[in-house]
Amino acid sequence: MIKLKINGQEQSWDGDPDLPLLWFIRDEVGLTGTKFGCGQALCGACTVLVDKEAVRACITSVSDAVGREVTTIEGLHPTGDHPVQKAWRDLNVPQCGYCQAGQIMQAAALLIQNPKPSRDQIREAMAGNICRCGTYQRIENAVHLASTGV
Amino acid sequence: MRTSLPLVVAEEMGADWSRVRVQQAHGDEVKYGNQDTDGSRSTRHYLMPMRQIGASARTMLEAAAAKRWGVPATEVKAINHEVVHDASGRRIGFGDLAADAAKQSVPSVESLKLKDPKDFRYLGKGEIRIVDLRDITVGKAQYGADVRLPGMKYAVIARPPVTGGKLVSFDGTEATKVSGVEKVMEVKGWPWPSKFQPLGGVAVIARNTGAAVKGRDALKIVWDDGPNGKYESVAYRAQLEEAARKPGLIVRKEGDVDAALKGADKVIVGEYYLPHLAHVTMEPPTAVADVKGDKAEIWAPLQSPGGTREDVAKTLGIPEENVIINVTLLGGGFGRKSKCDYALEAALLSKELGAPVKVQWTREDDVRNGFLHTVSAERIEAGLDKNGKVIAWRHRSVAPSIASTFAADTVHEAPFELGMGFVDMPFEIANIQCENPEAAAHTRIGWFRSVSNIPHAFAVQSMVGELAHATNRDQKDMLLELIGSPRLVNLSSVKDLWNYGEPYDSYPIDTARLRRVVELVADKGGWGRSVPKGHGLGIAVHRSFVSYIATMVEVSVDDKGKLTVPRVDTAIDCGTYINPERIQAQIEGAAIMGLSLAKHGEITFKDGKVQQGNFDSFPVARIDEAPLVTNVHIVPPSPDTPPSGVGEPGVPPFAPALINAIFAATGKRIRALPIGKQLEA
Repeated sequence: MIKLKINGQEQSWDGDPDLPLLWFIRDEVGLTGTKFGCGQALCGACTVLVDKEAVRACITSVSDAVGREVTTIEGLHPTGDHPVQKAWRDLNVPQCGYCQAGQIMQAAALLIQNPKPSRDQIREAMAGNICRCGTYQRIENAVHLASTGV
Repeated sequence: MRTSLPLVVAEEMGADWSRVRVQQAHGDEVKYGNQDTDGSRSTRHYLMPMRQIGASARTMLEAAAAKRWGVPATEVKAINHEVVHDASGRRIGFGDLAADAAKQSVPSVESLKLKDPKDFRYLGKGEIRIVDLRDITVGKAQYGADVRLPGMKYAVIARPPVTGGKLVSFDGTEATKVSGVEKVMEVKGWPWPSKFQPLGGVAVIARNTGAAVKGRDALKIVWDDGPNGKYESVAYRAQLEEAARKPGLIVRKEGDVDAALKGADKVIVGEYYLPHLAHVTMEPPTAVADVKGDKAEIWAPLQSPGGTREDVAKTLGIPEENVIINVTLLGGGFGRKSKCDYALEAALLSKELGAPVKVQWTREDDVRNGFLHTVSAERIEAGLDKNGKVIAWRHRSVAPSIASTFAADTVHEAPFELGMGFVDMPFEIANIQCENPEAAAHTRIGWFRSVSNIPHAFAVQSMVGELAHATNRDQKDMLLELIGSPRLVNLSSVKDLWNYGEPYDSYPIDTARLRRVVELVADKGGWGRSVPKGHGLGIAVHRSFVSYIATMVEVSVDDKGKLTVPRVDTAIDCGTYINPERIQAQIEGAAIMGLSLAKHGEITFKDGKVQQGNFDSFPVARIDEAPLVTNVHIVPPSPDTPPSGVGEPGVPPFAPALINAIFAATGKRIRALPIGKQLEA
């Protein structure tokens, strides 16, 4: 039996320990905010925090998360008002919205590591997250806004 | 659309937007009319009906209040969610009136008094946020893949690797041993050309998607590749290019192009090639179906709810009224989700299993088994007289048609493809001929954002750059000279002219509007400004989906051939509009999609199989290569200019503007997309 914490809640799993964390979160736990985009860590749609670091849940197995703290978009902030979430709304970032949870989690992880990233650092840190609608200009501005307040 | 169209109703009704809740309607064409979200037509087709709906509701609310107070209806007015009677100072909220208002007779459309646009509170302002904004940022927005039903099974399907291929046999022994896998079963496929029907294959049913994927990896399958097993992109490209060098079906003819080319002082020839593209919506196709007896319910991201309902009914052999279509949020569409094969797969599996089923396409499925953007060879010959004036224009376009997905033996582009920037080319040239040589399809071709406008605009607008260079003129001046005098373009020489489904008289090609967006973008973007060494400016204009768009790109190419885009400016004239803030967002996104297809996008075939599979082999633009800034300039609508498209028109001018900018920066003319490593030489 595998035990791990997701958004502060204990979860257990007695199935395949190699099951990607993404499918455990979505299909077994039922937290569907974390999205499937590629299955190969190429697009970042499934980004979650594991102990405050951004990881791609699609290539992380459930067993890799044993004893660790997993945070999904649903658990990022109790009222959904993390500075990154607020900045995203202030700048009307999303179009279709599908990749945005992964983008927000990646941005939140960046700001933990580097609270005042430069424009170049933002672009570098966010380059693993694809948005096919092309909201990049606003993503960059929103991360900047979340980190600086302007 | 989930925000814009309800906003129109609220505007006319006099409702307070902060008290409006949007509820997604079922897919039901009988009740609601066409609900498709494709073809850049939702605003074009529904702005007026939504205004009428809002005005009807307002009239009925006012009538109910007038009746309650015993005053003439002309003395009351709906303002901000209540009806007021100025003379007496009385007011009643919409909620209190709703039941009475519903009993009023619905006013005739002719009797409705629409609001004066100068009194609009919401329309044209861009201050209203999309209704799903908060849900999206907190992970609560529900896409197709997020639907969960009690007892639901998870399925992935192994489909024939070659379009038109068939399952010969399979061995699911190892797959069923995978932890979490419950069953392996065949999925019915339809013969080529299969329209939107499933391709068939082998489904793995499991308790979660991860187990289903692992199970599928363990399947042993023998396929019969069928008639397209030899499809090979290098040979096919040569075939298209060869066809473009020979005469083809004439689809537009004005003057005598042969004679004019013969008599020309100089002839400039441009041959262009654009490969297949995949949509790669961030949400790969997915659908949930629950089929019980002769009833079916579907939950899916669908751009074509009505067509899906019809196809589900036909596929299951049940009446259409027994099918309920729940439209979820779309995690990207771009035309891919106008084709409902994934929903039909879910319906077939649910019927057989007697349980709700979710079918999830993996990214590799999406890239390898989708409905690709066409592949195209374009050839333009332009004849110049002694003074450098263009006197002859022959354009040949060779591309497999979307119609091939519906009818075998299709070899010509359909009117709806020819009409996308090819036969409707707006230049003022005395001798014009458009020809469409034959091309047969060997895979499923489908609508991809902007469709045939992409290759057609690329060829036409690249040729403008080539002509400017050949005659030593400024690109923008050349472009304006070719567009010619302000006029409504006469296209009477085109048989079966397709004008995005609109009568030509209501939406003619107005070269004054075309010129205006060129001049606007040049003005705002600073055309002619000096740029650093290695930088270049490029411009292109294109009318599509009855909107007019000009794009100006500043590019920088370093000595290793690395390309960056410091700045993009786009001017759009889309007539009357609802939400300029979302127009801006769409155009920003169109620059990214344009950049993706210009730099990276290419699907190739070998032995009938797609050679790419995921974002490593089919890359799209990422944030670190995005334009540093994209400025959007919207032409304010003149009164009575009807609304036109926004979702698609931003894409076509981007690639040729970029390529013209690269030429200005480097002197290298890119004629085949993607750019890939062509600048590294």
